[in-house]
Amino acid sequence: MGFSMLWPVFKQMFKKPWTNKFPAKYQPNNTTKYLADVAAGKAKINPPVPTPEGFRGKIVYDTEKCIGCKLCIKVCPCGAIEFKEKEKKVKFYLSRCCFCSQCNDVCPVKCISMSDEFLLSDADPYSKDLIVE
Amino acid sequence: MSKETTQTTYQIPIGPIHPSLKEPVMFKFDIDGERIVDVDVELGHVHRAIEWTGMRRNPIQIIYLAERICGICSFVHPLAFCRAVENACEIDVPERADYIRVVHGELERICSHLLWAGVAAHEIGFDTVLFLTWEVREKALDLTEYLTGNRVTKAILTIGGVRRDIKKEHHAKINETMASLKEGYKKLAHAFLDDKTVKMRSKGCGVLTYDDALKLCAVGPTARGSGVKKDVRADQPYTAYGDIGVDYITPDVLTGEVNGDVYDRIIVRLLEVKQSIDLIEKAIDQMPAGDIVSEPKIPKLLNQIKKIEGEGIGRDEAPRGEVIHYVKFDGKSETPYTWKVRASTYANVLPWIPMLKGDQIADIPIVAASTDPCMSCTNRVAVINNATNKNYMLNKETLHNLSVMKTRRMIH
Repeated sequence: MGFSMLWPVFKQMFKKPWTNKFPAKYQPNNTTKYLADVAAGKAKINPPVPTPEGFRGKIVYDTEKCIGCKLCIKVCPCGAIEFKEKEKKVKFYLSRCCFCSQCNDVCPVKCISMSDEFLLSDADPYSKDLIVE
Repeated sequence: MSKETTQTTYQIPIGPIHPSLKEPVMFKFDIDGERIVDVDVELGHVHRAIEWTGMRRNPIQIIYLAERICGICSFVHPLAFCRAVENACEIDVPERADYIRVVHGELERICSHLLWAGVAAHEIGFDTVLFLTWEVREKALDLTEYLTGNRVTKAILTIGGVRRDIKKEHHAKINETMASLKEGYKKLAHAFLDDKTVKMRSKGCGVLTYDDALKLCAVGPTARGSGVKKDVRADQPYTAYGDIGVDYITPDVLTGEVNGDVYDRIIVRLLEVKQSIDLIEKAIDQMPAGDIVSEPKIPKLLNQIKKIEGEGIGRDEAPRGEVIHYVKFDGKSETPYTWKVRASTYANVLPWIPMLKGDQIADIPIVAASTDPCMSCTNRVAVINNATNKNYMLNKETLHNLSVMKTRRMIH
């Protein structure tokens, strides 16, 4: 009984770790510089665990199809959608979005869909990446 | 001549923010040496005005708000809310949706109980088991993500059904996960039930007697750990639990005796993980074909709700016990006139006092954790005096006086 955990511990030493080392195998000295390198193509990123089918990620919006019925604004739980009066189109603020996909469900012309993109963190809530229009 | 001694106790405040507590709650202990003589619990540090916010939104928006009452119970809170609205509006849920609701509800119970088992092991300093439980839980979370589209905030419910179907192609992954969960359950049962350390640490500590559990209205595994047969799934079957059949899990199923201590609560939760796996398998087997939602057009549904004048109650068995949502519509707008939530931890706060009395200071974390408290769910009301900007409490006499004053006002 006293050494019953010895074998599991021994096995554990030679097992492949579960953790996916994202974005790099070892913590880079300067993360900002590392990400800049990745963008410039100098360094390679360790890919994240793939998302399953039906994942609710960043909103994709087809402006052409939109008829401006405002139904998505009515059901959005976090008030992340703004109506542009002049063009009769909508604008999504992803920093407020809770990714429930309700706007996608309610849309009568199916102009909204959810992509599998989820790396959306940004220091600026109004940055270009976080506004879909 | 005998020497006169005066026996005094000293006070230890623990919380609201404390390393041993996962969420803000304040304990005031009267300590005599190492023994706890008296306890006072103070709540109300994480009030978020969710009900108030909900009374300014339409029911479809509230589903996602209810989901965020608790990060772990992100299925049962919206389920209780949806059932309250369905009750008020007399909406019939298709049978297939009922079975899918069972699958997701039980999946959430597995995740929650495994998370709790890990936290409990961590509290007694058994961190290996913490990682073991969370490895098993990861499988359940992966399945949740596969079926609903997200790991924690599932967004699967809607009023009158569910939003996503469980299709034929999903069955392979479900079966695979259930097999690995069974395997994991075996490992965990061995780690918790056959281990000397866990037994030493949890047997005879934090005792809640059968009478106290009844008197203080404990719910969920806390009550069942003391031998009280209380489970909404069996008492008042909702969704498809009536067809599938649920049995009460009390510790005497395994050990033949009920002590009402922390060990018994560990047994109840572990056995419930097994029960949930069985329930999911049964629900998948017996699932009938058909629609998954009674009214897929949301504008039409909202119009229907707008005309309703009445109230509804939704109750269901969360991993921690019974959850009750109350909704009232005034027939003028689709926004609820009132929305009241009673989370399960609310009923499990008072049982802490008999549990902690007489125990040692070192037992506080494991005893407090043994009811699986969820403070953020519980905090519903904060009374603040605008003039002085100070919190104050309403005790029985003040409330009584207020009530008498109101009667007088209404007479004159």
